[in-house]
Amino acid sequence: MSPVLQVEQLSKRLEDEIPVTLVDNISLEIAAGEFVCIMGPSGSGKSSLLYLLGLLDIPSAGRIWLDGEDTSHFGEDQLAKRRLEKLGFVFQFHFLLAEFTVVDNVALPMQRLGRHPQPAIRQRALSLLEQLGVADHAHKYPHQISGGQRQRVAIARALINDPLVILADEPTGNLDTASGERVQQILADLTHEMGKTVVAVTHDPAFAHRADRQIMLVDGRIQSG
Amino acid sequence: MPIQLQIALTHLTSRKRQTLVSLGGVILGVAFFLAVSSLMRGSEQDFIKRLIDNSPHITIYDEYRRPQTQPAQMQWPDAAISISHLTPKTENRGIRSYREKLAFIELIPGLQVAPVLIGPAVLSFAGREQSGSLSGIIPAKMKTVSTIQEKMLQGSLDALTANPNGIIIGKALADKFQLGLGRNLNLVTQDGGNRVMKVVGIYRTGNANYDETQTFSNLKPAQVMFNRPNRVNRLLIKLQDAYQANLIAKRIEANIGYKATSWIEASEDILSLLTVRNIIMFSVVSAILIVASFGIYNTLSTIVMEKTRDIAILKSMGFHATDIRLIFLFEGSIIGALGSVLGLLLGAGLMLILGQIQVKPPGVLEMTNLPVWWGVEQFELAAAFALTSCILAAYLPARRAGDVHPVDILRGQS
Ligand SMILES: Nc1ncnc2c1ncn2[C@@H]1O[C@H](COP(=O)(O)OP(=O)(O)OP(=O)(O)O)[C@@H](O)[C@H]1O
Ligand SMILES: [Mg+2]
Repeated sequence: MSPVLQVEQLSKRLEDEIPVTLVDNISLEIAAGEFVCIMGPSGSGKSSLLYLLGLLDIPSAGRIWLDGEDTSHFGEDQLAKRRLEKLGFVFQFHFLLAEFTVVDNVALPMQRLGRHPQPAIRQRALSLLEQLGVADHAHKYPHQISGGQRQRVAIARALINDPLVILADEPTGNLDTASGERVQQILADLTHEMGKTVVAVTHDPAFAHRADRQIMLVDGRIQSG
Repeated sequence: MPIQLQIALTHLTSRKRQTLVSLGGVILGVAFFLAVSSLMRGSEQDFIKRLIDNSPHITIYDEYRRPQTQPAQMQWPDAAISISHLTPKTENRGIRSYREKLAFIELIPGLQVAPVLIGPAVLSFAGREQSGSLSGIIPAKMKTVSTIQEKMLQGSLDALTANPNGIIIGKALADKFQLGLGRNLNLVTQDGGNRVMKVVGIYRTGNANYDETQTFSNLKPAQVMFNRPNRVNRLLIKLQDAYQANLIAKRIEANIGYKATSWIEASEDILSLLTVRNIIMFSVVSAILIVASFGIYNTLSTIVMEKTRDIAILKSMGFHATDIRLIFLFEGSIIGALGSVLGLLLGAGLMLILGQIQVKPPGVLEMTNLPVWWGVEQFELAAAFALTSCILAAYLPARRAGDVHPVDILRGQS
């Protein structure tokens, strides 16, 4: 199967007074439908790698292919367009917009995409919330629901434009065991049942164990995987 | 509704108090802008209208714009010796062969012209004296160039035609001398004229000084009184289009030689004063709107700072920098547009109230309403100015928001 994400000799350096290398010469391929976990000690560059894979940050060296497209010469707007159409993010903290209801938060990326009529967008948002078991809270505001529920809403939002890859940065890091378990299950199901590619950063070995592949990062370099 | 506009609206409604304060600034700015400008423009137009209505559009004097060269200078133009203390050749002052000149002017389309002989005279009645001036006129012609007929309280200009020895005086003089229609008045001039004339009309212009000193008689007795038979010293012209005055005055002067002054030239000082007044007024009123736009800048900057996390999320989802900028430009425009509409309404209300206020301009006897101008341009100008300054005020915060780098924010949060 052709890789949906491929990186070649990827590096990210910060040219401060003391230059820091966050990601050091990483090459890797992630196949469509694969579930990959990135692990490693704190400060090893997991988040930094994820931002690069998610086209949020621009590498200092190396190339990234997303869905067969070389993104190395892309400008800000082209990168933003790929994020909107092909990628979905879930962060450790929920990052929902406080003034929008749950269903409106989920609908945001699809509204920005602007390819579907309003009722269709709403319907898709509601059905995703249904799938993730938070449909009852669709019309509440983010501060009115629990952390685990918010994280599921964030997953629904990441899924709304039917992306190729979901990138999750410690999605369960801030949740209690039961909620974390539930979110892990959902992410695993996304790959196994819906054929999505998931790249998740985690500290939790149990979560990593569910993945098809584990990548171990130390000092910005792949140690194994 | 585009999603950017939706987000802009939620930002504004979630910070109601700050939004209302910014909005209030714009509303007041627009309202004051409108009220002050309508009053300024109104009074200016009122003033110019008075100027145009109550004075001739062109006055031709029995003078030359440049003093005539003396015969001695003409003889030896490059003379090494110049003779000082030359007494200029005296002449019987007045416009020479005015009938020909009158005939020439009357050929120009779109104007009315009337000959006048004006000079100083001392008026006396029952032991009281008043120095003033006497204008000898041809009533039928005078009516076409002057509004004096409309200002008659008693009698009329035509009464002069009927009574060759009649005189028309102002209300202020009539009050001062305590005399009425049909009474006799004595006039003396420095040219030796001395005559008893009968009051056949009383006018009132509202200008106190004018009403006390200016009198009118037939042309013939005035020529006798001032000892200038067959002469006049003014030609008064009224134009259909008062704003052609400069052009036509130049043409006439070039042709007949005598100095022809348009009302625009005659009131140059006052008109330039009006310009200065307008500049001051617009800068003061604009300052209100500029201060209001600082309020908007402040509000939007605060929102950008508070919402950097939201901006980072939106960008990570795939919103472009342009989308983010648009959100904040929308916020500025919404405040600007809403502020303009409400400000125009409030301003119109202020204008209605101002229009009710009665004032007594100096030199005028009767009360008049404050002149308020209802021209559409100033509504458009106020709204356009407000909208532009709001969008400009939003521009910097919008640019800053567009430049937020999501990774910087995400790192800080996790
Ligand atoms: N702006 C910055 N300036 C300097 N160093 C930075 C900056 N951002 C990150 N770093 C450093 O880069 C390294 C990689 O950071 P990163 O956040 O990718 O690690 P991580 O593996 O995600 O860690 P954690 O598990 O704690 O989230 C760390 O050592 C961090 O201190
Ligand atoms: Mg991290």
